[in-house]
Amino acid sequence: MTEIITSQTPPILHGPSEKEKKYDRQLRLWAASGQEALESANILLVNSGAGAVGVETLKNLVLPGIGKFTIVDDAVVNQADLGVNFFLEEDSLGKLRSECCTKLLQELNPEVQGDWFPKSVGTLDLPDVLTTSPRYTLIVYTNPIREEDLATIEAYASQHKVPVVSIHSAGFYSYFRTSLPGTFPIVDTHPEVEKTTDLRLLSPWPELVDFAQEMTKDIDALDDHEHGHIPYVVILLYCLEQWRQSHNGANPTNTKDKREFGKFVLAKSRTNNPEGGEENFQEAAAAINKNIKLPELETGLEEVFNYQLSDEFELQSTFWVIARAVKDFYLKHGCLPLPGALPDMKAQSSVYVKLQNIYKAKARRDVHEVLEIARANTGGKDVDLAEVELFCKNARFVKLINAKAPEQQLNQIYDTEKANDAAAEAMKEETSGAFSLPMSNFFIYLALAATSHNATAPADAIITTISSKIPNAIGDKRMLQVAQEVARAGGGELHNISALTGGMVAQEIIKIITKQYVPIDNTCIFDGISSRCQVLRL
Amino acid sequence: MAAISGGGGGGGTGAASRWHYLDQIRRNPGPFNEDSDVSDEALAAWDKAKVLVIGAGGLGCEILKNLALSGFKDIHVIDMDTIDISNLNRQFLFRKDDVGKFKAEVAAAFVEKRVNGVKITPHNCRIQEFDEDFYMQFQIVVCGLDSIDARRWINATLVNMVDMENQDSLKPLIDGGTEGFKGQTRVIFPTITPCIECQLDLYTPRAAVPLCTLATIPRQPEHCIEWAHIIAWDQEKPFPSLDKDDPEHITWLYQKASARAQEFGIAGVTYSLTQGVVKNIIPAIASTNAIIAASCCNEALKIATNAAPALGFEESYMMYSGDDSIYTSTFRYDKKDDCAVCGNLAKPLAVDPAWTLQELLDSFAVKPDLQLKKPSIRAEGKTLYMQFPPGIEEQTRPNLDKTLKDGLGLEPGFEIAVTDPSFPALTFQFILKFA
Ligand SMILES: [Zn+2]
Repeated sequence: MTEIITSQTPPILHGPSEKEKKYDRQLRLWAASGQEALESANILLVNSGAGAVGVETLKNLVLPGIGKFTIVDDAVVNQADLGVNFFLEEDSLGKLRSECCTKLLQELNPEVQGDWFPKSVGTLDLPDVLTTSPRYTLIVYTNPIREEDLATIEAYASQHKVPVVSIHSAGFYSYFRTSLPGTFPIVDTHPEVEKTTDLRLLSPWPELVDFAQEMTKDIDALDDHEHGHIPYVVILLYCLEQWRQSHNGANPTNTKDKREFGKFVLAKSRTNNPEGGEENFQEAAAAINKNIKLPELETGLEEVFNYQLSDEFELQSTFWVIARAVKDFYLKHGCLPLPGALPDMKAQSSVYVKLQNIYKAKARRDVHEVLEIARANTGGKDVDLAEVELFCKNARFVKLINAKAPEQQLNQIYDTEKANDAAAEAMKEETSGAFSLPMSNFFIYLALAATSHNATAPADAIITTISSKIPNAIGDKRMLQVAQEVARAGGGELHNISALTGGMVAQEIIKIITKQYVPIDNTCIFDGISSRCQVLRL
Repeated sequence: MAAISGGGGGGGTGAASRWHYLDQIRRNPGPFNEDSDVSDEALAAWDKAKVLVIGAGGLGCEILKNLALSGFKDIHVIDMDTIDISNLNRQFLFRKDDVGKFKAEVAAAFVEKRVNGVKITPHNCRIQEFDEDFYMQFQIVVCGLDSIDARRWINATLVNMVDMENQDSLKPLIDGGTEGFKGQTRVIFPTITPCIECQLDLYTPRAAVPLCTLATIPRQPEHCIEWAHIIAWDQEKPFPSLDKDDPEHITWLYQKASARAQEFGIAGVTYSLTQGVVKNIIPAIASTNAIIAASCCNEALKIATNAAPALGFEESYMMYSGDDSIYTSTFRYDKKDDCAVCGNLAKPLAVDPAWTLQELLDSFAVKPDLQLKKPSIRAEGKTLYMQFPPGIEEQTRPNLDKTLKDGLGLEPGFEIAVTDPSFPALTFQFILKFA
C-alpha cells in the first residue's frame, strides 16, 4: 500500500449545473469545448422543395443547443407539407413555412435563437438577407433550388470562407455534399482508445529504462506477490533486453519472431502457484503484437507533413504553426511527441502510478519542446500551450479534410464505379451469393443531381441530362432503374428518408463546427432501398 | 423563374392531398417492386395496420413521429420510464415542464396532437406485464430500447407466438440501438430469419474489474468509483438503498471515490465520471437517434407497403458509424440451430471439471451468448441449484461450493438446462464437455 497523502484538501463538491445535466449525454462525446463551439454557431437554412429534410437537420442541431438558426423559405404551407413535415400543424396552413417551422423548432430548446425570412409572403430577397444578417457560420441549402439562389449562396460562401452543405432528398434516395473553404484540419479526431496506446517499448527513454531495470534487477528474488504484480510494460522491457542479447541486438519485429518472443515471455512466468501461471505475464504476451513495432506515420499525418501550403492566411494559422513544429520534432527524434497515456495493467497501485508519471512527465517534456520550436517559428509567437498539448496528444491521428481537388471527372468516376459493380457481380456469381459487395450509390447521386432545378423530371429527361456529361450512361440498366425510382418520387420527400438524412447532415455539421471527429470528404449518398450509404469525393 | 413552393406538387387544399408525397411512392410501383399491389384495397388494409412501439425514449420519440408521418394510423407505445432532465437534449417530444411525467403518455399525446388522424395509445408499464394476447393484436413491432434484457424478452415472446398454421401470428420485429455516433437496425421475421438471441454475441458484456483490484490495488479513477459503489456503500449503508438518480447518493459515492483516489495518488475522479460509471451511462445524441429510428421506420414502411424490398430475408442487419466519416454495412447473419429461442439443438458447454458450481454460474454472466445474471441449473433432470423459491435455494446452496466433477459427479455428455427469471419462457440447453 502507498502512503496516505494527507496534505491535500478534500475536493470541493460542485454538482452539475442545470445545463450540464441537460446536455450530459452529449458532453460525454464532445466535452465543454465542443459545446461552446456549437453555442457560438449561427446556421442558415435556405429551404425549398418539399422542405422536410432541412427542418429535420435543424431539429438535430437545436436539441444539442446550437447558438442560432435562420430559415429562409418563401413557401406557403399547404396540405402536402403537413404530411411530411413534423414542425408544422393544422394552424400553419396558408402561412409562411419559414415562420411556422422556426417557431415550432424553437420550442425544442429555449436557449436557441431562431429567425426566419421573408417576413411576409412574396417578399424574399436572399442577397439582402445575407448582406444585412450577422455572419453565418455555416449554410445549409436543400434541392431543388433556384439557380440564382444557389449563385448567391456560393458567392457569399466563397467571400466569407463559410462551409456549405447541400442536401437533396427524394423518395427512397438522398445525398448531401459538404463544401469546405479550403483545407480543413482536424486535431481532435477521437480515434478508438485501443489504437492510441504508444508505449515506446523499442525506444524507451532513460527514466523508463531505469525504472524497469530497478524493478527487475533481482527478479528471481522477488516474492510471488511482487513477481505477479510487475507491470507488463516492465516485463516486456526486461524481456526485450534479454532477447536482444541472444539475437545479435535485434528486436522481435516480424511475425515469426514476435511469436517466439511471446513464448519467451511466458516461459519467464512462475507456474508453481495455485493459478499455474501469472496474469501479468499473460497480459505482457498479449500486448506484444500491438506494442512492439517500429514507429510509422499514419497516412493522415503524413499528408499533414507533406502538405504544401500556398495560402499566406493559412500559413499563419495555429494549426499549421504547430504542425510544422511537430514535423521538426519528428525529423529530429525519429518519433512523434509521446501522447503519455498508460493503459490499465495488473500492478500495485503505487508502482502503476509511478510508471504513469514517467509517461506523463515525458509527454510534458515533449510538449514543451514542440512549444519552443513553434514559438521560434514564424507566426508562432503566441501559440498557446493548451493547443500544443492537444496536438501532441492526438498527433498520430491528425487528419486533413478537403486537402486536394477531386482527382476524377464525373465520367471517370462513372467508369470506375461501373467497373467495381461488375467485379462485385462477378464475385457474387462465382461464390453463389456467399460473398456480395455493395453496389455503387453513385448513380443515385447522378439522378438526384439531374433534378436539382427540376424536381419532377421524368426518367428519360433525367437520363438525357446525365448523358450530356456522361455519354456512357445511355442504355445502362442500373442507371435507368435509378432514374425511374427518382422520377417515381415526383420531387416528393419520404419523411423517414429525410429524417435519416437530416440526422446524418446534423452529425456532419456538428463535426465541422466542433472540429471534432472526422467529417465526410465530401459527398454521402444514401439508398433507402438497400439501406446503405456511400461516401465519394465529388 | 417561378418559385418552387411546397415542392411543386401537392398544392391541393383537400385533406386527401395531405399524403401526396407518400402516395407518389405507395400508389406507383417502382423499378424494384414492379409487381406490388398498389390498389385501393391494399392501401385500405394498410390503414388498419396496428403497430407497437417499445420504448418512448431517444429512439421511441423519433419512431412515433416517423410512423405517424409514414401514414400508420393506429400505434401503441409501451414505456415504464418517467422523463428526466438529461433526456431533453434528444427526446424532442418532452419539455422541461414534463420532467417527472410518464414518457409514453407525453409522447403519445404530443404526436397525436401534431399529426392529424393518428391514434396513439400509451402504456406506462413494463413489457413483461402483457401476455401473448396483447402482442397478437399488432402487425409490426418496432423496438427502441436501451436494455438487452428487454430485447431478449420481447424476442422470445414473439418467436414463441409463431403458429405455423396462422400467418398472422408472425410479427416482424424491427430493432434499433444507438451509442454515441454509432447505431444499428435489425429486421427479424421470428422463426424464419435469425433472431435477437441468435445474434446475442454481438453485444460483448463489459468485463468486470476483479474485486481484489478494487479492494487492494486500484489504479484507475473507475476502480475508486467501483470500490465506493460496491464495497464502501455496502459497509457504510449511508442511505437505506442506492438510488442512482438521487444526486445526494451520487455525491456520497463521488466523495468516497475521491478520498480513495487521493489515498492512492490516482487522478481523474469527477462527479460526471462517477455518475457515468455507476449508472453505466451511454452517450446519446439527437442525430444518431434520428438516423437509426428513421432507418427502422423506413423498414416498417417497406414491409407494410411492399413499396421497395426491405431488410430481413437477405441482409438483415444495418450497422451505422458516423464518428470517422460515415460508414454503413449491411450484412447477413446466420440463424443458429442451437439458439435457445428459435433453434432446437443443445449447445456444447466447455467447462473446467475442477470449477465449483458457483464459478460455473458466474461464468454465465459474462458468456457472450448467455449473459444471465440469476441462473438456475439442472443436470440430467436433477436440480443442482435454484434461485427460487427460497426453500429450494437454501437446500441447493451447499452445491455451489462443490466442484463439477468430483463434488457433483458431472460427466461429459450430461445434458444441462439453465433458466433465469428474466426470461421465464426460455430454457438454455447444453451438452457438457470437459476442457
Ligand atoms: Zn434465434
